[in-house]
Parts: sequence; C-alpha cells; structure tokens
Amino acid sequence: MTPAPTTDPNVQPQEQPEPQTAAAEPVIMIQGLRKSFGEHEVLRGIDLHVSKGENLVILGKSGTGKSVLIKCLVRLELPDAGKITIFGQDLDTLNYAEINALRVRIGFLFQNAALYDSMTVGENLAFPLRQHKKTMTKQRKAALILEMLDNVGLVDAIDQLPSKLSGGQSKRIGLARTLVLRPEIMLYDEPTTGLDTGTAKEISELICKMKKKYNITSITITHDMPCAKATADRIILLRDGIVYAEGSYEHLEQSRDEWIRSFFNF
Amino acid sequence: MQPVLNRYKTFFYRAGDLTAFMLRFFGEVVKPPYEWREIFYQCYLVGYKSTFLIGLTSFIMGAVLAIQPRPSMAAFGAVSLIPGMISVSVIREIGPVITAIICCGKVGSRMGAELGSMRVTEQIDAMEVSAINPYRYLVVTRTIATTLMVPLLAILADLIALYGGFLAMNIHDKTSLRHFFVAAMHHLEFIDMFPAIIKTFFFGFVIGIIGCYKGYNARRGTESVGVAANSAVVAGSLAVFIIDMIAAQITDLL
Repeated sequence: MTPAPTTDPNVQPQEQPEPQTAAAEPVIMIQGLRKSFGEHEVLRGIDLHVSKGENLVILGKSGTGKSVLIKCLVRLELPDAGKITIFGQDLDTLNYAEINALRVRIGFLFQNAALYDSMTVGENLAFPLRQHKKTMTKQRKAALILEMLDNVGLVDAIDQLPSKLSGGQSKRIGLARTLVLRPEIMLYDEPTTGLDTGTAKEISELICKMKKKYNITSITITHDMPCAKATADRIILLRDGIVYAEGSYEHLEQSRDEWIRSFFNF
Repeated sequence: MQPVLNRYKTFFYRAGDLTAFMLRFFGEVVKPPYEWREIFYQCYLVGYKSTFLIGLTSFIMGAVLAIQPRPSMAAFGAVSLIPGMISVSVIREIGPVITAIICCGKVGSRMGAELGSMRVTEQIDAMEVSAINPYRYLVVTRTIATTLMVPLLAILADLIALYGGFLAMNIHDKTSLRHFFVAAMHHLEFIDMFPAIIKTFFFGFVIGIIGCYKGYNARRGTESVGVAANSAVVAGSLAVFIIDMIAAQITDLL
C-alpha cells in the first residue's frame, strides 16, 4: 500500500515515492497524524505505513518530530489528530489495558537505553518477564535472559549495574531488555547517537541480526547515515512536520533535491 | 494583575493535579496483584535505614526535655512531674512530628530525587512502554511503605525519647527506670496515644505521596531533579504541620 501524498499547501513533497515492489501486510498505518506543543506544530499530517518484516528508517533534522512520531505509536505522546492503526487495531478505540496488551508486542529502544539504574543487568531483563510472564518457570526465564544477553554479546555483564556499562553496552542491554518479551515491532530512537563509529556499526549490525532472527518489523529514527544504509529497507525524510520524501537508500541518494542530498553527503 | 492571577491559576492547577495524583493512589491500591518485593524493599529503606537518625534525634530530644525545665520545676518543687511532662509532650506531639519531619527530609527528598531522575532518564517512560504501570510499581509501593513505617518509627522515637529523658533525669535525681516509666505513664491516657498514632499514618501517607508526586512530575532536565527533591521536603513538611494542626483541633473536640 502506498501512502497518500501529503496535501499540505505550505511544503510540497519534492520527491515522488519509489514504486513498491512487494505489497506485504501493513502492521503500522498512520494517517493524518498531527501533534503540537503549545504554538509549535511538530507533526502536520503524517501519513505512512510499515509492512510486516520491514525496517523503516526515518530521517530528518533535529526538532522535526521524529521521536514524537514513534512516541505516539506507543502512546507516550497523545496525537492531536490523525489515526494510528497497529496490527489492525485503531489506538483511539483502545482502553488502557488494551493499549498495554499492544505495548507488550512492541519494543522501544530509548536514545539513552533508559536502563533501570537500581537494578543489575540481569534484573533489568528479568523485570518485564516478572510482570508479563507470570506462568513462565524461573529456569525458563533465566534461560531466556541468557539467550538475550548472548544475542548482544554481554552475558558476562549479567551482575553489573548500568552505571558500570559504557554507552554501547547500555544500548545493547537496552536492546536485550526489549527483545526479552519477543516483540513483533521494534522502535529504535536514535540507536547509534553518542557512540563511536565502531560501536555504532556494531549496533547497526545487531539491529539487522535481530530483525532476521526474530522477523521483527521496525522503525528506526536516526541521524547516522551509515546506520540508515545498513538497516533500512525504506527511508522516509521528515521536513517541517510532513513526509517530504520516501524511497530506498539508493533511490534517495540519487535525488536531485539538494536538501535530500545533504543527508547523503557524509 | 495578570502575573498574580497566573500565580493563583498555577497554584490551583497544582493543587488539583496533586489531588488527582492522590486519588489515583486509592484507585490503584485496592487492585491486586501487589508488588510485595518492592513494598518490602521500600519498607526496609524507609524504616530500617532511618532508625539510627530518628533514634539519635529522639534520644537527644528526650534528654533536653528532662534537663531544660528542671530548674523551673525544682523552684516549684515539681521535679516529680517531669516524667509526666516528657511523656505527654513526646507522645502527643514531639515524637510524631519530629519523626515525620526527619522522614520528610530523608525519605521524601530521596523519593523526589529518585523518581525525578527516573523521569529525566526516561526510565519511567521505559516502564510505560513495557506495559508496566509505573504508578503502581513506583508510587503505590513507596507510599504504602511510608504509611506503614512512619507510625512504627514514631513509636520507636517515643520510647527512645522517654529513655533519653530517664537518663538525663538521673544526672541530678536518682530514679529507677521502672519508677520513671510508672510516673510517665501515670499522666498519660488512652486519648493521648490513640490520635498521636493515627496521625502518623497520615504523616507517612503525605510524605510518600508528595515525594513521589514531585519526582514523578519532574520536568525534563537535571535541574528538575534537585527541584523535585527540594520541593518534596518543603511541601511535605508543610503538609505534616497542617495535618498536625487539624489533628490537634479534632483531638480537642473529643
């Protein structure tokens, strides 16, 4: 399904969407999403969809509402207008318990990993399991925690406190913590920000590895073009609160639009 | 005129917000399952970790109450009334209030700073998106802990203050522990103890809920963590004194 072109009269999209080759089942549908903070309108009518198993990368300058957009998907922010449908469920029609049931199927990796600093790494991973997998045996939980830590290559850090971890290690543990509930959708909020080139590459590879291993649909917010190149099936560029351009990395890289090309000249 | 109106508007908005936050507690606390592990851990932090400070303060308080009035009481030949004076003032008023104020400084500020820091570093958001109710896990557990622990600490403070008073009395007048406690209890009635214990539950509740409210609603930024801790102490102490005044009025009517 191709999203409808924006009708915003102030900013016209410069780039036509690349024709879609496969019409996979959409798991996230956003229509006419608007969000303001006071006088400042951050999102001005976003339309997009994400298909099952796809990794959508959202690019845009700072303050264009990228993080706000994904926070709207998990109801950390309430949109002013528009419709969000996830797994066929319209978020506006769901109550708190139903939203929580949906949240269990969605993982969210925060920019600073947001690890619970009073808990060890193992406890950070055990915490969501304790809350949501009450019937799971202790042995199964322990095995799952070890599997997730093994996925991110940090089994040895199980007894460490988050304050002892580096930025890259925190991100990995944050990823392991979100994956422990086996989400079907992952939302990455600037997963490589603040990391050195090598560690950023490792995180990008980890995102691709997890996507393949667990067939996760994901949305990645990033400024990091090597990360976008490594992980994106499709890229969306946000500008002034609307979808300005859309396509594959290669398609957008060839764009004649200077603003779009400014992202790719790194 | 407009800034004054805005200030009133902000005050009423915050008062309403705090009331809604408190009412949410009563809605959540009746719904199982309970986070027993976290409740016990918070009870340990609030109760056990405050014991030494409250014990020392109340010991000094009891000793001072025995030493300071002695010359005046001796002039009237009323030294034998000192144990009763200490027991009535400590159990009815000073013990519960001093305990609550110390808990406000030690526990309320910790909760404000801890939850504020969790808000700033998106840990509360992380709980929310993991479908874990952060209010239940963070606010309900901490408020239950303070509501249960402050009365116990106040009882402990009362006993230690009486013992401090006994030791201080022995500097000038030799008296046995049994004789001192009999004299102290002789001047106490059930009506002295019952409201004093009841009000400590309210003290504990407001210390916990205000500390959590300030931290939970901290604005983004590290500065807000300090502001949350500071305002938790200020607002909590004020609330303790207001409840104490209301309790004194109600006791007076009984």
